[in-house]
Amino acid sequence: MPAKRIIPALDIKDGRVVKCVQFENMRDAGDPVERAAFYDQAGADELVFLDISASHERRDIIAELAAKVCEEAFIPFTVGGGLKTTDEMASILAAGADKVFINTSAFQTPDLIAQGAERFGVQCMVVAIDAKKRGDDWEVFLHGGRTPTGKGAIEWAREAEAKGAGEILLTSMDGDGTQAGYDLELTRAVAEAVSIPIIASGGAGTIDHIYDALTYGKAEAALVASVVHYGLLSIGEIKSELKSRGVEVR
Amino acid sequence: MITILDYSVNNLRSVQKAFEHLGHQTQVTSDADEIARAEKLVLPGVGAFGEAMRNLEAKGLIDPVVAHAQSGKPLMGVCLGMQLLFDWSDELGVYSGLGILGGGVHRFTDAPDLKIPHIGWSGLTFPRESKLYHGLENGEMTYFVHSYHVQPEDPSIVAATAHHGQTFVAGVERENVMGAQFHPEKSSAVGLRILDNFGKL
Repeated sequence: MPAKRIIPALDIKDGRVVKCVQFENMRDAGDPVERAAFYDQAGADELVFLDISASHERRDIIAELAAKVCEEAFIPFTVGGGLKTTDEMASILAAGADKVFINTSAFQTPDLIAQGAERFGVQCMVVAIDAKKRGDDWEVFLHGGRTPTGKGAIEWAREAEAKGAGEILLTSMDGDGTQAGYDLELTRAVAEAVSIPIIASGGAGTIDHIYDALTYGKAEAALVASVVHYGLLSIGEIKSELKSRGVEVR
Repeated sequence: MITILDYSVNNLRSVQKAFEHLGHQTQVTSDADEIARAEKLVLPGVGAFGEAMRNLEAKGLIDPVVAHAQSGKPLMGVCLGMQLLFDWSDELGVYSGLGILGGGVHRFTDAPDLKIPHIGWSGLTFPRESKLYHGLENGEMTYFVHSYHVQPEDPSIVAATAHHGQTFVAGVERENVMGAQFHPEKSSAVGLRILDNFGKL
């Protein structure tokens, strides 16, 4: 199996990074390109850019961003946020992104996954699922967590895989932003239900959390945001600690 | 000057930017005459084998690439670009490749718990010294995204292997013809080293 991956996630609004602090040797922490180069050099395995802009020009801005990132950062990156058509995906991939992720649009039009997979390959298609605990299982939410669907996360993950998803970016809405740990049961349940890799997201606050998601949670990758953006942990610290505990990392 | 073959694939721009970051001059072209004059030629590639061969054929690029390989000038295939150097592939049908290197391209064999496509960072093992992988140490990791892998007829062309359920060929080199199954342009410092090795040939 490939090494477990640590993936910083950057929220982008109008071409700028939201939520972050300045580190040494960084001229502008809000510049996504400089940020990407910083995380490449720090040992990040991939990057995820979530575009949360609302402007009409957002598609052009995000494609331009992808084009600039691949001039300075030499690790894979995934771009998503509001993508609705394979043409939008094509412009981002042609600019140099490796994958795109789709969330609400995939749920509303599952054939979009199949169309993307056919046009770009399953390896380019990441389906993002936002899930919230509901009794014994987890419910899928859309529109950045505002709209409940009534559908279970495990069922939707299986459907997404069948449609051609190459990976699942699985966010626990209960954990997101809390730094209280990933939802390990959710992560494990979905990882066991599908054969494509799971990227655990939502709740990373300590190296223990990351370790648990990659071992008990059976995730192939751990998304990290605040914990690295605010400098609480460095990618190097995370990697060396995981390595010392027997997790294969780069 | 490094000439990067443009035949409508997606990772072209990343490959170009990585070479430029290293200070190498590049040109991106699908012009057969320019390819005939190329010093060092890179065949990038993402996508399906059959469609890539159709694109190469439609643009009249098969003969120039084969001629470049025969001329002794450096040629590097990246990911699908390396697979295309071989005789044939059974991806979504059976398709002929460029036939520069002997052998076929096959899908990973399904096995319990084996995730296909193989996506992610895996360690390389170098069975011998090569120009492309010069200076790298066993265990260094590079980034892979693929469901298919090459099986060369001549095992002596294998320059790097990796493991995903089975040991597979991650890199080849036969004199001036070389390739990487992984994406050096997305493999951080290790990948840049490999591209620089090619650029300095």
